[in-house]
Amino acid sequence: MKKIYLDYAATTPTDPEALKVMLPYFCDKFGNASSVHCFGQEAKRALEESRLKIALSLGADTSEIIFTSGGTESNNFALFGVADALVNKGNHIIISSIEHHAITEPAKFLEKKGFNITRLRVDRYGVVDPLDVKKAITDRTILVSIMQANNEIGTLQPIKEISKIIKEKNIYFHTDAVQSVGHIPVNVADLGVDLLSLSGHKFYGPKGVGALYVKHGTKITRFLHGGDQERMRRASTENIAGVVGMASALEICQAKMKEEMKLQAELRDKLIKGIIEKIDDIILNGHPTNRLANNINFSFKYIEGESILLNLDLEGIAASTGSACTSDSLEPSSVLLAVGQAQEDAHGSIRFSLGRWTSEAEIDYVLEKLPKIVAKLRAMSPIYNKKG
Amino acid sequence: MGESYSDKVMEHFTNPRNVGELDKPDCQGKAGNPVCGDVLQLQLKIENNIVVDAKFKTLGCAAAIATSSMVTEMVKGKTIEEAIKITNQAVTEALGGLPAVKRHCSVLAEEALHSAFDDYYKKQGKPNPFKK
Repeated sequence: MKKIYLDYAATTPTDPEALKVMLPYFCDKFGNASSVHCFGQEAKRALEESRLKIALSLGADTSEIIFTSGGTESNNFALFGVADALVNKGNHIIISSIEHHAITEPAKFLEKKGFNITRLRVDRYGVVDPLDVKKAITDRTILVSIMQANNEIGTLQPIKEISKIIKEKNIYFHTDAVQSVGHIPVNVADLGVDLLSLSGHKFYGPKGVGALYVKHGTKITRFLHGGDQERMRRASTENIAGVVGMASALEICQAKMKEEMKLQAELRDKLIKGIIEKIDDIILNGHPTNRLANNINFSFKYIEGESILLNLDLEGIAASTGSACTSDSLEPSSVLLAVGQAQEDAHGSIRFSLGRWTSEAEIDYVLEKLPKIVAKLRAMSPIYNKKG
Repeated sequence: MGESYSDKVMEHFTNPRNVGELDKPDCQGKAGNPVCGDVLQLQLKIENNIVVDAKFKTLGCAAAIATSSMVTEMVKGKTIEEAIKITNQAVTEALGGLPAVKRHCSVLAEEALHSAFDDYYKKQGKPNPFKK
């Protein structure tokens, strides 16, 4: 059976080129970057060359890049690090209502510790209004954290506009760019952010490695306590192979970005158009145009997401759902509820996310199978018949 | 995700028995609601106190569809007295178990069954002798 992977937003395969570059750092060049001898120096060189690649890609200085274990750690680091460093200045943090759990859960934790968290509403496309940021700011606000691109619905946020508002107030601005780095141009100066999170495995690098950009002069408390690694901000022997793989993967993304964005947007639009043409009673989630080139998210009314997903899987198509049955909570996607979608519709949502190896033939295959699956499940649905 | 379901659940999910609606059902039961993402509809044909036919329609996840399918199989050929004793545990066991977070689906199946018999006695103009 065909196996079609359309869940690149969950994770990407490591690019074979990036893998090739990182492999020597397991057995041959295995040194500890903190060691003085030549094995250590070799590792240290690889570490710093990788840091330079990441920094160049983001338009940052090498001293502003801290390697971490991934996106979740970077986000935890940003929130806890700033909260701790500025606790005497204020205790108010602003986030959006559609942040990833790696932001909402640390925020919830800080709330329990006495911080005030404002969760900004979004419009029906999932966009934060910069004016809402302005209104939410108080003299106790220390940090604003708004994701650059949403993981479920792909909506892009007006980061630059939000930054302009925040800059006037001398408040730190963090963006979770886990879904965007490697996929769209990301430049920290252009965006006007003080902190930015990224994760290797979202852009064809290995899992278990990420980075946090921290602008010069930003007050942040160290995250892991131990050795002096990462300029004393994040102890732990560096994951050299991972860092090398991530830097190489980002370089490849950078070189292919223009072409990949164009191709993926074409395939995305073909899939969106095809689904709209072939299936009734659906809702396109996210912004119609201002979205990641690889993200497609629909709610199919009168049926449930997991049933669609499993049927797709039986046809060899791997997608994802934010709907009730994928989590223990049985609640539908909080992102879809935040954009104002009715709970009964949010239960029937499916995300397709495209990537480097997605072909037009695969999109055609989905367009052949999906309408049949939806029709089959609707024929079984007791609330579908009720309508005219 | 498919792996967290038993083979039996996947089999009933991909090839559900007794889907649809009966021509002239003697009673109909319902459970769940669209807001929670699960709606079960169960129709029964009852002759001489025996359930001779059963059909279902379900909006929901694989577990909801599989439990619905299983309950229609289990109920057929049983007397009302026997059928009404089918519990969510029995349905779950017949399916080779359900993931913990999906147990509520089997509860919905039991609810739909009881709701159907409530409807049956209501239509007969009699009190439901099995109502607790």
